[in-house]
Amino acid sequence: MIQVANEAAAAPAARRDGRALRAGIAQRAEGLAIPLAALLVGLLLFSAFIRALGKSPTQLFELMWRGGFGTWFSIQNTLSRAAPLLLAGLCVALPARLGLVIIGGEGAIVIGGVAAAAAWPAFAGAPPALVVVAMAIASMIAGGAWIGAVGALRHFRAVNETIASLLMSYIAIALMNHLVEGPLRDPTSLNKPSTLPLPDIDRIGAIPGLDLHWGLVVGIVACILAWLLIEKTRWGFAARIAGGNMRAAQIQGLPVGALIVGFCALAGALAGLGGMIEVAAVQGAANASLAAGYGYTGILVAFLARQNPLAIVPVAILLGGVGASGGLIQRRMDLPDATVLVLQGMIFIVILLSDTFYGRFRLFNPERWRRNG
Amino acid sequence: MADAAQAAGIGLWAVPLAMIGGAIRVSTPFIFVSLGETITERSGRINLGLEGTLVFGAMTAYAIAVETGSAWIGLAGAFVSGCCFGLLHGWICKFPRVNDIAIGIALMLFGTGLAFFFGKAYIQPSAPHLPAIPFGFWSSTPQVRAALDVNALFLTGAALAVFLWWAFQNTKIGLVVRVVGDSSDAARAMGYSPDLVRLLATAVGGGMAAIGGGYLSLYYPGSWNESISSGQGLMAVALVIFSRWNPLGCLAAALLFGGAGALGPALQSVGVTHGYYLFYAAPYVLTLAIMILTSSPGRTLAGAPGELSITR
Repeated sequence: MIQVANEAAAAPAARRDGRALRAGIAQRAEGLAIPLAALLVGLLLFSAFIRALGKSPTQLFELMWRGGFGTWFSIQNTLSRAAPLLLAGLCVALPARLGLVIIGGEGAIVIGGVAAAAAWPAFAGAPPALVVVAMAIASMIAGGAWIGAVGALRHFRAVNETIASLLMSYIAIALMNHLVEGPLRDPTSLNKPSTLPLPDIDRIGAIPGLDLHWGLVVGIVACILAWLLIEKTRWGFAARIAGGNMRAAQIQGLPVGALIVGFCALAGALAGLGGMIEVAAVQGAANASLAAGYGYTGILVAFLARQNPLAIVPVAILLGGVGASGGLIQRRMDLPDATVLVLQGMIFIVILLSDTFYGRFRLFNPERWRRNG
Repeated sequence: MADAAQAAGIGLWAVPLAMIGGAIRVSTPFIFVSLGETITERSGRINLGLEGTLVFGAMTAYAIAVETGSAWIGLAGAFVSGCCFGLLHGWICKFPRVNDIAIGIALMLFGTGLAFFFGKAYIQPSAPHLPAIPFGFWSSTPQVRAALDVNALFLTGAALAVFLWWAFQNTKIGLVVRVVGDSSDAARAMGYSPDLVRLLATAVGGGMAAIGGGYLSLYYPGSWNESISSGQGLMAVALVIFSRWNPLGCLAAALLFGGAGALGPALQSVGVTHGYYLFYAAPYVLTLAIMILTSSPGRTLAGAPGELSITR
C-alpha cells in the first residue's frame, strides 16, 4: 500500500525531471542552431555580394580556407591572430553579462601595450620571468583602470557606457601617439615612432616546437577562468541576476556598483593583457600597430559567441582564420583588404537579427511539441 | 577680434582666429550628423551606426564627384546612400528582441568596411571641392580671409537647425515624430504606425549623417582616405544627448566641438609642437566631460523621448 503511494508520487516527479531535461537540451540546441544558421545566411549574403562583383565566391572561400586553416603554417598564423581576439572578446563578454555594452576594448589594448612598454625600463636586467610578469601586471592595471573608469562612470554618474568606452578608446590612441612620439620614444625609431625595443630575452617566446607564442594559451586559460567565474562562483551568479534585472538585484541588496566596476575592470585588465602580449610577443615595442582593430573584431567575437566565454575560443579562432586569409585573398583575387571587414559586418548584422527568432520555433520548445498548430 | 588681430600684427591672435575658422569648418559634419540623429532619437530610436554611415557617405560623395565631375551630385549620392543605411537600421530594429544599440555597432563596422572596400580605388584620384563663400573679402590679412571662408553647407546646416527647431513644435510631421518618440501606444491610438515613422526618421537621419561625411571628403579636409573620420559620427550622438534633443542646442554644441577639434591644428600652425597629439584628444575629453556633467543617476534626462532605449 505504501509502496504504491510512493510510486504514484514518484511518477509525476520523474515526468517533471524528464520534461526539464528535454527543455534544457532543446534550449541548448536552439542556442547552437540559430547562430550557426545565421552564420550560414551571412556567408550566403556575402557570396551574393562577391558574385555581384563578378568574382567567384567558391574561389574566395577556398582561399579563405587555405589562408586560414589549410596548411600548418596558416593554422599557426590563425592561432596567433586568435590570441588577442580571445582577450578582446572577453572584454565585451564579461560586462555584457551585466547588461553593459562595452565597445572600447581597442583602447584598453592600446593603453595596456603602452603601459607594458613603459614599465620595461624599470625592470630591465631583472630575471626575464619577473620582467614579463611585471609588464603583464602593469598592462592589466592600466587596462583595468581604463575600462573600470567607464564602469564607475556608468554606475555613479549614469554615463552611457557604450559611447564613453569608445571615446576612451580615441583618448587612449591619442595618449599613445603622444607618448610614443614624445617621452617614451626610442630616438633610433625613425619611420615608425616606437618605444625602446625589448631585448629578445624579455620577450614572450614561442611554444616549444611551434611557431606560435604563448599568448594563445593565456587567452584560452582566461576564457576558461572567465567561464568559471560566471557560471560557478557567487560573483558570477550575482552578475547574472543583475544583468537580468538591475533594479531587482539592487533591491535584493546585491553590491551592484562593485559588480559593475569589478567586471569592467576585469574586462579591461584582460584586454590590456592582450596589448602587452602584442608588445612582448609580436611587435617587440609599443607603436601605432597596437591599434590594429583587434578591439573592434573582439566585439563581433563576443556577440557571435553569445557572450559565452567558452564559445569565444572557437569563434576567435574562426575569425582569426578569416583575418589571416585576408592577404591571400587580396593577392589572388584582386579584392581590397577590406573584404574581410565586409564579411564580418554582414555576419554581425545577421547574427543580431537572428536574436528575434529565439523562442519562435516549435522544434526547440518541447512544451509545444504535442499541441497542434 | 579681427580688427584687433590686424592692429596687433597677427602674432598670438592667430590661435583664436584659427580656432574660429576651424570651429566653423570642423563643426559642419557635427551639425549634420547631430541634427540627423536628433530626428531619429526624437522618434524613439537610437542609431549608433552613424559613424559607419558618415564614412560610407564620405566615400560615396568622393567617388561620385570623381566620376561625374560635380561635387553636388556626389553630395546627393551620399544622401541617398545614407538613407539606405538608415532604412536598413530601421528595418532590422523593428523586429522584436533586436537590440538597437548592438545593431548600431554592427552597422558602424559594416559601413566602415564597405566604404574601405569600394573606396580603395578612389584614394588616389582627386575630386572637385564644394565651393566656399569668401566672407573675409574685406580683409587684407590672409589668416582672416582663411578663417572667414565659409562653406555653403555650414550655412545650410545652421538654417536647418533653426528650421527643425521650429518644425518640431509647429508642423504636423514634427508633432507626429515627437508623439511616436514619447509613446508608441499613444501614436498607435492616434492611428500612426510607430515602426513606419521610426523607419523614415532613421532614414532621414542616415542621409544627413552621410552629407556630413560628404563634407569631410569634398571640403574639409577634402580628400578620401581610410582615416577620414575620427569618431565624429559617434561624438555627434553624445552631443545630441548633451543638447537635450534640441536642434538649436545641437548647433551650439557642434560649434563648441568644432572649436575643440580645431585646437590641435591651430596650435600647430603657430609652432606649438610639444604635446600636440594630446590636443587632438581635446574633443573626446570634452565630450566625455560633458557627458559626465550632464548625466546623473536616479533621474531621467529632461526632455528625453520616452521610448528611447538609451535613457530607460
